Amino acid sequence: MNNTPLSSMVLVLFGSVIGSFGAVFLKMGAAKLMDGFWRILNLQLAAGVALFLLSSVFFILGIRHGELSVLYPMVSLGYVWTLVWSRLFFQEAFTRNKFFGLGLILLGVFFVGLGS
Amino acid sequence: MSTAAVGPKPETGAPSRKGVGLVFCCTLLGAAAQIFLKLGANQLTHPGLVAMMTNLSLLGGLSLYGVSTVLLVLALKDGELSLLYPVIALTYVWVTLLSLLIFHDRVNPVKLVGIAIIVIGVGVLGRGGKA
Repeated sequence: MNNTPLSSMVLVLFGSVIGSFGAVFLKMGAAKLMDGFWRILNLQLAAGVALFLLSSVFFILGIRHGELSVLYPMVSLGYVWTLVWSRLFFQEAFTRNKFFGLGLILLGVFFVGLGS
Repeated sequence: MSTAAVGPKPETGAPSRKGVGLVFCCTLLGAAAQIFLKLGANQLTHPGLVAMMTNLSLLGGLSLYGVSTVLLVLALKDGELSLLYPVIALTYVWVTLLSLLIFHDRVNPVKLVGIAIIVIGVGVLGRGGKA
């Protein structure tokens, strides 16, 4: 565990936060599709895609050094942030299934990283 | 995926089921994209911008990412973000399985346990908004 440099963790953590905002912008942009498919070319979606690309830069730099069993679940922390933003910005409910499912996913990702 | 029209009463979770199906396809395309990127990266002997821009595998991988993003957006149009977004973790499952098949990566039991847990987690999540 202590083979993972703090700089890698910070980079991956940053990437996960940026990516979670990318998802928020995608959701906001997706709402515009109600007026027809070609409304897919809108600023929010462009911002969402840009944030996703930016987050992958952080991930690529972050996972160059250190243990994947630590870093992969930190990538997936983006799902946790997204759960919080979904409630804040879109009034989506916290449910037991969401928490339980997400917990299992993080555990699974930990094992995938451990085995990599 | 073959649970078409079984319930007698319309469930409230029905629209999100369509969304989960779309994100499911999105993860398959995303995994295929990663495999193409890996194939392309393996082909690059002298990495450079021109070599990357003219590599069909890399271009194919990027295009698949594009299509998978469109599917994700279509899913988000009607579905909950907090429910659909973590389903993307299924990408880990497909990439692991495809890597075994295509690149003959060694079968790692710990990794297999991990992908099994992810699948169960997505299943629980897919049950949806029930408290």
